[in-house]
Amino acid sequence: MSNEPLLVLDKVCKSFGRIQVINNVTVEVHAGKVSVLLGENGAGKSTLIKMIAGVHPPDGGRILLDGEQVKIPDTKASEALGIATIHQELNLVPSMTIAENITLGRVPRRFGIINRKEMRRIACAALDLIGLQLHVDTKVSELGLAQQQLVEIAKALSLDARVLILDEPTAALTTAEIHQLFEVVRGLKAKGVGMVFISHHLDEIAEIGDFVNVLRDGQFIATVPADTDENELVRLMVGREIDEQFPRVRSEVADTALLSVKGLGTSMLSDINFEVRPGEVVALAGLMGAGRTELIRCIAGADAYQTGSVSVAGSRLAGNDVAAATRAGIGHVPEDRKTQGLVLDASVAENIGFATMASTSRFGLVDQKGQRERAENVAERLRIRMGSIDQPIRSLSGGNQQKAVFGRWFTAGSKVLLLDEPTRGVDVGAKVEIYELINEITSSGGCVLMASSELPEVLGMSDRVLVMSQGRIAGELETGEATQDAIMQLAVSNVHRENEVGNN
Amino acid sequence: MSSVATTQKSFDFKAFLANNGALVGLVVLCLALFIATPRFLTGPNLMNIGIQVSTIAVMAFGLTFVIVAAGIDLSVGSVAALSAMVSSYWVTTSGLPDGFSIVIGLLVGAACGWVTGAMSAFGKLPTFIASLAMLTIVRGLTLVISDGRPIATGDSVSFLGSDLGVIPVPIIVLVLSALVAGFVLNYTVIGKNAFAVGGNTEAARLSGIPVKRVLVTVFVISGIFSALSGMILAGRLDSAQPTLASGYELDAIAAVVIGGASLSGGVGRISGTLIGALVLAVIRNGLNLLAVSAFWQQVVIGLVIAIAVGFDVFRRKNVRH
Ligand SMILES: Nc1ncnc2c1ncn2[C@@H]1O[C@H](COP(=O)(O)OP(=O)(O)OP(=O)(O)O)[C@@H](O)[C@H]1O
Ligand SMILES: [Mg+2]
Repeated sequence: MSNEPLLVLDKVCKSFGRIQVINNVTVEVHAGKVSVLLGENGAGKSTLIKMIAGVHPPDGGRILLDGEQVKIPDTKASEALGIATIHQELNLVPSMTIAENITLGRVPRRFGIINRKEMRRIACAALDLIGLQLHVDTKVSELGLAQQQLVEIAKALSLDARVLILDEPTAALTTAEIHQLFEVVRGLKAKGVGMVFISHHLDEIAEIGDFVNVLRDGQFIATVPADTDENELVRLMVGREIDEQFPRVRSEVADTALLSVKGLGTSMLSDINFEVRPGEVVALAGLMGAGRTELIRCIAGADAYQTGSVSVAGSRLAGNDVAAATRAGIGHVPEDRKTQGLVLDASVAENIGFATMASTSRFGLVDQKGQRERAENVAERLRIRMGSIDQPIRSLSGGNQQKAVFGRWFTAGSKVLLLDEPTRGVDVGAKVEIYELINEITSSGGCVLMASSELPEVLGMSDRVLVMSQGRIAGELETGEATQDAIMQLAVSNVHRENEVGNN
Repeated sequence: MSSVATTQKSFDFKAFLANNGALVGLVVLCLALFIATPRFLTGPNLMNIGIQVSTIAVMAFGLTFVIVAAGIDLSVGSVAALSAMVSSYWVTTSGLPDGFSIVIGLLVGAACGWVTGAMSAFGKLPTFIASLAMLTIVRGLTLVISDGRPIATGDSVSFLGSDLGVIPVPIIVLVLSALVAGFVLNYTVIGKNAFAVGGNTEAARLSGIPVKRVLVTVFVISGIFSALSGMILAGRLDSAQPTLASGYELDAIAAVVIGGASLSGGVGRISGTLIGALVLAVIRNGLNLLAVSAFWQQVVIGLVIAIAVGFDVFRRKNVRH
């Protein structure tokens, strides 16, 4: 931090209505350095970077670029100043191709006509940067969440910015892509790009960061070097110690299967067989595109499968019927909260209550009081940070929205929980609350099937690990024998690299 | 929220204005007309407005459900006509008991709605297309049944268009319909499901909400309210015309949208729709009182719709993110 900072947020403030979410915060971004923002869910990290991105201009304070005060009223202004932003929630147009998305807003033209060749060239170059091998004419709607996240990153990189902001870019990625991303970040550092990086994975901070700005409740707490001890970071961030990150309490496992999947197959999956017994937490591990999300969606009734069967407590479920699966006791936390999990304009209480609304109604009337109480109850247990339970869920921070989706199924008393990256974007403290609810479910005879790209979570919270590779179950490990290496070995097994990853 | 500072503001006038734009517009409109012409604020004129409002508003209440669920129903006017026609045919031409005629009309409306809903839910047609098809199919059926000629209404349907003492029955029906629609939309599983499906169909489906059934249900509701609206209209005239309520779908959609509902779904209020219908009726009435030509009236109404919706889009843009 020797020379002049590239960008400074100087004593900025921001309120939404009556609630002040950023209070007098100062953050510096230096050329060739990664400035990390650390804080609990709802601490104000995203709000802070949205000031630079031109989404929420500050109400007070100044923004300085190269020592001169600038105004950033909208996203165009931000880009014009050489700032590129990867937002926490994806902003791609699903019906458009990768190339169209990457060049959105700056379509290359020749004689006023779209120059498709140039467009593809820009897009290919951008995808190459992060090593994403996809055809640029693929529609974004056909991609999984991790791939979409990579496209979003590629889009920001292709702007060739001086300042790059990364709001939880790694939340949806697996280890391999994170490595690739960090390689790119190191390259940009060498080129003198100033970066802001947000993540709830503390190990990533030491790996890529230079210094850490800690926020709590919209207040600036401290700036510390990135190699600060993790426990100290946690203490700064939540204001207390966290005793145990993975408080898994093994439950007594019954003999008969609660969830059993037999011979399940689709175009992506083949011959999936496994059982989950009451009291068990089974993790699904694997690389991007291994088929974990597809498998979970088939079991939940979200997608159809061609062969095989899914049974809960011995009775077979109708395929592709979420309502039936829900009635049988299945709860599904989908991969992407924004497009699959939440009705953004509805309130927090309503979003938590969707799964119990019909079952608790009487004569077709919604049990408004009960729904509210249940929502308030679970919101408190998960410490969902909000102004009121009636506020639209759109205005909650990403991690708090994620907690609400989990809370929905806990409230519904689901016996078979299917979790697809359940703690994506959730802070270290709140993860523990979610894990405790998982314990509660298994100790009362429920079971959990959890896809997770976070190996520590897989190792810390599951009783068994199923490793998937190319649409098959490549192997099973008891948690005792499951190590990072053992899992990775299975995950890459029978991968006959066909030079085409992911998309068919 | 434990330790977040709050800045005190007693009454947020801007927020009130933003959330109640149509209501404020209506009040301003009434004040302006009150100043402009003494004939506006008279008992008979207000009753007149009330009657005019009732048909559009009742139709628009049902339509609100469809729009909240992110659909659109273009068939409401035609369904109104067919329902009025069948209920009149039932009594006048077939000579069947008058006591059931209103129920028959409502059933016809529900059936039409069911067909539209099924076409889009199970046949996967966009609601715009399914209801556009129904618009002409149903109008055609109306012409077939009536052979292109008006049919006199039975006593029950005529009653819907009559006066009860000094109060016109359409206004009573309007008030009751508003209460029922508002109740169903806000307090029942049906209404809440419509909001969820309209707000995010995929999230609703993955929460176990039966999306297809919800879609069919909102169209059935729309059909029932359209039928009621059609019978009021026929009752006023004491006869069911084959061209009854043609073009009304546009006014009904305008009322819902002016009332603050979003055509992309998930947002809408019955009170808003009522205000939207009142805005349209008061403008028409005022322009008539001020002797503005019917041609110019169309221009003005179009402008009002554009301004109201533009205002709403602007407001939403500022709320998001
Ligand atoms: N448009 C809005 N209206 C009202 N409140 C808002 C709005 N946007 C954000 N907030 C509030 O501001 C606070 C900070 O949110 P922000 O998204 O910045 O948190 P965050 O630190 O990024 O959290 P996370 O780790 O969960 O992403 C939250 O309490 C949130 O509810
Ligand atoms: Mg955030």
